[in-house]
Amino acid sequence: MPTVFYLNDSLVRAAASPGVLALDYIRHECSLTGTKEGCKEGDCGACTVLMGEREGDTVRYQPVTSCTLPLGELHGRHVVTVEGLNLPDALSPVQSAIVDEGATQCGYCTPGFVVSLTALLLDATKTLSDDNVKYAIGGNLCRCTGYRSLKAAGARIREGVESKLTPDRVASLVNAGAIPAYFATMARKLAAIESPASPAPARTPAPSGTAPPPLLLAGGTDLYIQRGDRIPDQDVVILNRLPGMRTIEERDGRIHAGALVTFEQFMQSAQLRKIMPALHDYGLLMASWPIRNRATLSGNILNASPIADMVSLLLVLDSELTFRSGSAKRSVPLRSFYTGYKTYDMRPGEILEAVSFPVPAPGTLFHWEKVSKRRTLDIATVNTGIRMRMNGGVIEDAAVSLGGVAPVPLYLEETSRFLTGREPSVETVLAAIDRAQAECAPISDVRGSAGYKRLLVRQLILAHFLTLFPEELTMERFYEAS
Amino acid sequence: MKHLDAPLHVQGLSQFTDDVRPPRDMVHGVVFGSPVARGVIRALHVEEATASPGVVAVLTAEHIPGNPLFGPIIQDERLLAQDEVAYVGQPLAIVLAETRADAVRARALITAHIDEQEPQFDPRAAYDRGDIIGKPVAFAMGDVDGVWAQCAHVVEGSCSIGGQEHVPLETNRARAFPKEDGQMLIWSSTQSPYAVQRAAAKILGVPENKVEVDVKRLGGGFGGKEDQATHWAVMAAVAARHTARPIEIVLHREEDIRMTGKRHPYESDFKIGLDDDGLILAFEAKHFQNAGAFADLSMPVLERTLFHSTNAYFIPNVRVHAACCRTNLAPNTAFRGFGGPQGMFVIEAAIAKAADAMGLAPDQIQAKNLLRDGDELYYGQKTERCMMRRTWDEAAEAFDLESFRKRAHDFNAANFGVKKGFAVMPVCFGISFTKSFLNQAGALVHVYTDGSVSVTSGGIEMGQGLSTNLQAIAARTFGIDPARVKVEATNTTRVSNMSPSAASATTDLNGNAVIQAVREIRAGLLRVAGELLGAAPDSLTIAHDRVARDGKSTEIDWNRLVSEAYLRRRKLSAYGYYATPNLSFDHATNKGNAFAYHVYGTCITEVSLDCLRGIYTIDSVKVVHDLGRPINELVDLGQVEGGLMQGLGWMTMEDLVWDEKGRYTSGSLSTYKAPDVYFAPDDLDVRFLPFWENEPGPLGAKAVGEPPLMYGIGVYFALQSAIRAFAPDTALVFKTPMTPERALLALHPDWSPSPSADRS
Ligand SMILES: Cc1cc2nc3c(=O)[nH]c(=O)nc-3n(C[C@H](O)[C@H](O)[C@H](O)COP(=O)(O)OP(=O)(O)OC[C@H]3O[C@@H](n4cnc5c(N)ncnc54)[C@H](O)[C@@H]3O)c2cc1C
Ligand code: FES
Ligand code: FES
Repeated sequence: MPTVFYLNDSLVRAAASPGVLALDYIRHECSLTGTKEGCKEGDCGACTVLMGEREGDTVRYQPVTSCTLPLGELHGRHVVTVEGLNLPDALSPVQSAIVDEGATQCGYCTPGFVVSLTALLLDATKTLSDDNVKYAIGGNLCRCTGYRSLKAAGARIREGVESKLTPDRVASLVNAGAIPAYFATMARKLAAIESPASPAPARTPAPSGTAPPPLLLAGGTDLYIQRGDRIPDQDVVILNRLPGMRTIEERDGRIHAGALVTFEQFMQSAQLRKIMPALHDYGLLMASWPIRNRATLSGNILNASPIADMVSLLLVLDSELTFRSGSAKRSVPLRSFYTGYKTYDMRPGEILEAVSFPVPAPGTLFHWEKVSKRRTLDIATVNTGIRMRMNGGVIEDAAVSLGGVAPVPLYLEETSRFLTGREPSVETVLAAIDRAQAECAPISDVRGSAGYKRLLVRQLILAHFLTLFPEELTMERFYEAS
Repeated sequence: MKHLDAPLHVQGLSQFTDDVRPPRDMVHGVVFGSPVARGVIRALHVEEATASPGVVAVLTAEHIPGNPLFGPIIQDERLLAQDEVAYVGQPLAIVLAETRADAVRARALITAHIDEQEPQFDPRAAYDRGDIIGKPVAFAMGDVDGVWAQCAHVVEGSCSIGGQEHVPLETNRARAFPKEDGQMLIWSSTQSPYAVQRAAAKILGVPENKVEVDVKRLGGGFGGKEDQATHWAVMAAVAARHTARPIEIVLHREEDIRMTGKRHPYESDFKIGLDDDGLILAFEAKHFQNAGAFADLSMPVLERTLFHSTNAYFIPNVRVHAACCRTNLAPNTAFRGFGGPQGMFVIEAAIAKAADAMGLAPDQIQAKNLLRDGDELYYGQKTERCMMRRTWDEAAEAFDLESFRKRAHDFNAANFGVKKGFAVMPVCFGISFTKSFLNQAGALVHVYTDGSVSVTSGGIEMGQGLSTNLQAIAARTFGIDPARVKVEATNTTRVSNMSPSAASATTDLNGNAVIQAVREIRAGLLRVAGELLGAAPDSLTIAHDRVARDGKSTEIDWNRLVSEAYLRRRKLSAYGYYATPNLSFDHATNKGNAFAYHVYGTCITEVSLDCLRGIYTIDSVKVVHDLGRPINELVDLGQVEGGLMQGLGWMTMEDLVWDEKGRYTSGSLSTYKAPDVYFAPDDLDVRFLPFWENEPGPLGAKAVGEPPLMYGIGVYFALQSAIRAFAPDTALVFKTPMTPERALLALHPDWSPSPSADRS
């Protein structure tokens, strides 16, 4: 069955394998070469495109990196490349701001920046503040300009466009002449693409000796990096084309998050931000906007990297995983899910359907830390989360996670148990750090030496307490005591 | 005036090498590189790969038709390795297939049997073994040995300076098209079309005139494509010859990082002597350059280290030794600054250490020793129109240097866990290729009968704004609207024997060549105008597309002038040629005028260091820079800011890591981090000295490409001072980059990882 979608203002019926990369398809099959390839691993943003999904009679656009995007995902979507943002006889406000500020030099990164900044304009949840400009281009590398001019371009766009924006961003941008007029017709056109019968995922294990089971593709942000060359030849299931698994709900005192909830959805969720007030700031330290729009909870959990950021949050929330195989369901606590490096308790034929965790009691304290070589869009050297319920100055219940220091993401059982029933004093924290050190076993690698990671373990556990108890504890007192 | 290509870039319409629609029968090449860093090749099995679906051919060393050896200075490199390998990723075979995917699949089927030998990565050890490239070089002035005894303070130390990956957003790539009669057309993303032409001709075994190299633009180069674009372009040519089909080779990011060289890591020792007031009396440095496996450009890079070893300071007694030390890394190569940054880091480290020993602020020593007009540098050139102190004074005043000191002091007294630090970084950088013969350029200018103008130079547009500059230079020199001027792709059949686009000198050399060509055509046009007006040509000029007589507009506009000239059979094309005058550096004595002039500037960097986590933010970077009279201020501002950012990255997060087998473990953009928008300081304030005519530059301009990179060095010392504010007892260590890891460990010098002995 062909993948049918709109590429800019043209209908495409793609017969190619659904695992083919959107980037390759756009550049090589459609000869739209404005979209550039700078890394093919989601880290440079030169390949950024908009992906539009119909929501009623509007289309919601998100920037995504086309180098981690399977063609099969595009069915029924509107894909916009830089060429699709060109106006008939003028530069768009985004384009002219970049020109006027001298924010393009070699030009290779530029289409990606144009798309990302346009994505900001199209996102009704975002103002055009300086912070949001950075948010929008945080996934775009430019090796030439030094970024000042790009930030200035953002400010110039704000001055020119912000007053013309209404909640219906598409309509107001079309009216302002900031995006081409065809955008206004897309919701109708997308509605006309019939939604295909959902391809059935493999729910039963393939009998041994026959073809391997199809590859389950969620966001693709791990799979394409690890084995991208092989995916176009493989039988794949595009999980996002299955119904459900994409919402966050509160039921029976628990939060139920569909397995395909994205990082971006998670960090923006009002419900979750009530539980973790600084969640949005944690999210900023995870990947980049276009990657977060694709990266899913299930991908993070099942990729099973020791530094998985979402896993480190979900561990302290005491999450439970729900797997489904046919109509059979099975639940596994996340804390006992991992059995060794990249091995875990999942059975052939299962898919991860949901993640759930109890809504913490009001007043539960929560904090998360991550240190990496570059502050943003980098993989953690060490990450750690903590959750504590306090009762009259005593820690009534505690959970601590620690990533990057063992073959699997750790839930620190000993440390968490130790903290329970104690007051958050200097002595308690020092003793907790000792326990955390005993529970982990970092190794040296490109992200840091083992000794450094151990120092980070101390510092970041300290950081938890300094952040959560600013009145009671100061860094100075710790340093005097240790 | 904007960047010439900017409107195309923002619309995604500018074409890079592989953006042009490929010919139907194009073949895709991928390169099989050595899996080991050092060893003897016993066998290379390509049979399975050759039989793999879609494969057209697999080429190995035996398929090289001509002379297999090449290299810009010493021809010590083979296009495809034979007998032995000397670094991981060294090309062994080229797999050619109908699609890239086919080629990649087939490549995995190649096996190489190599007897591994112990690889070497330490330049000091290589030096001790005598494993060096070329000869050690020394620059000296005065009597260093005699002066130490007179110095009130003598401080010694050593530095370990990391390399840097270029990360041009466009990786290396090329296409080659076989033509009639053994000819070859190559499109290459190269800074050096002539290097490609020359190497391709030799390796194909044809005269240079049978190889045409054409370059439209580069998606960044930064030195990484000065010499190391050649390999891929020539491989494409060899493959095109072999298959008689067009070939494309595009390196993927990981291949590019693994297979190409980087900025050279250095190990250096220094010794500095000062009087009680902080006046530097003597300086000695020894630089052990980690050259990698082959010569490439290591020798000229080393030479520039020697030229910049005292940075912006006048020191009467100087001795600098340096050697290119052979190791089993991919041959390290040109990178913006070209050895200068490493030389400057070492003198700045020496000053920092001396200041610490003497209880002075480093900027007190820096300020005291800055170059003055007419100072003789230790390589025998005197400074002229020296702006060193001027940029320092203007920066100190405009940005209130004392306020940085006070802010750091007050803030640090009031805060335990966060510390501020700042550093001043003056820069003096010489402009010209230090190999004098490279300081020449040609340019071809045509005027068509409709009045439009075509300019081809030997320079490459790689984002630095060369075409924007050349357009402005041609238009202003003619006296016409820049919109009439088109700047062409660079092509070896239109301009010959071009030097690489490098050494910051591209606009200087090519701009001056364009001026020569334009002047010749213009003089002829003015003679025609004189005939039409019955006036003496020297009373005439062209301004705003019109001939003016004694400053007043005439009725002859540009279009009429051009068509009259054509009808009268006058020359409407010219080839301009420029060679930088007054260069006289003697490589026997290492003395002389190596540079046309120097570029000066001063930068102040302020940081905040989170001492709990070892992470930091750059609060502000403030610069006063000397541009002479810029051709395009916006273009030059972009050069300063972009260069600065690369320098900041080099000193902080850009961490090249290889394992004991010589494999880059920071071999992708997920492990090798370059500055992003969040890292870039929000307060970046670049100002220029009042504009003035720099006579050797085209239209009074100064070169700008490289010098700003070295402003980035300041961030290291700013961070170090913040570390010291928290941990006064931590040793001053000069090991770059200052990653969060190094910062946190320096903040906690007593830290020793407890319980178990971790694997490391
Ligand atoms: C540039 C970049 C930056 C990144 N930064 C971060 C970061 O800061 N922090 C971080 O933690 N990670 C980061 N990642 C890693 C990655 O984005 C996350 O791990 C992400 O959660 C993976 O999700 P995905 O949906 O893309 O997974 P995919 O690649 O689609 O899948 C990963 C694995 O999970 C399986 N799978 C996925 N969903 C299901 C399901 N429902 N049922 C059964 N199997 C399933 C797939 O078969 C596959 O084996 C980054 C990745 C990139 C490319
Ligand atoms: S090519 Fe770099 S993010 Fe896609
Ligand atoms: S303009 Fe060259 S990478 Fe951004």
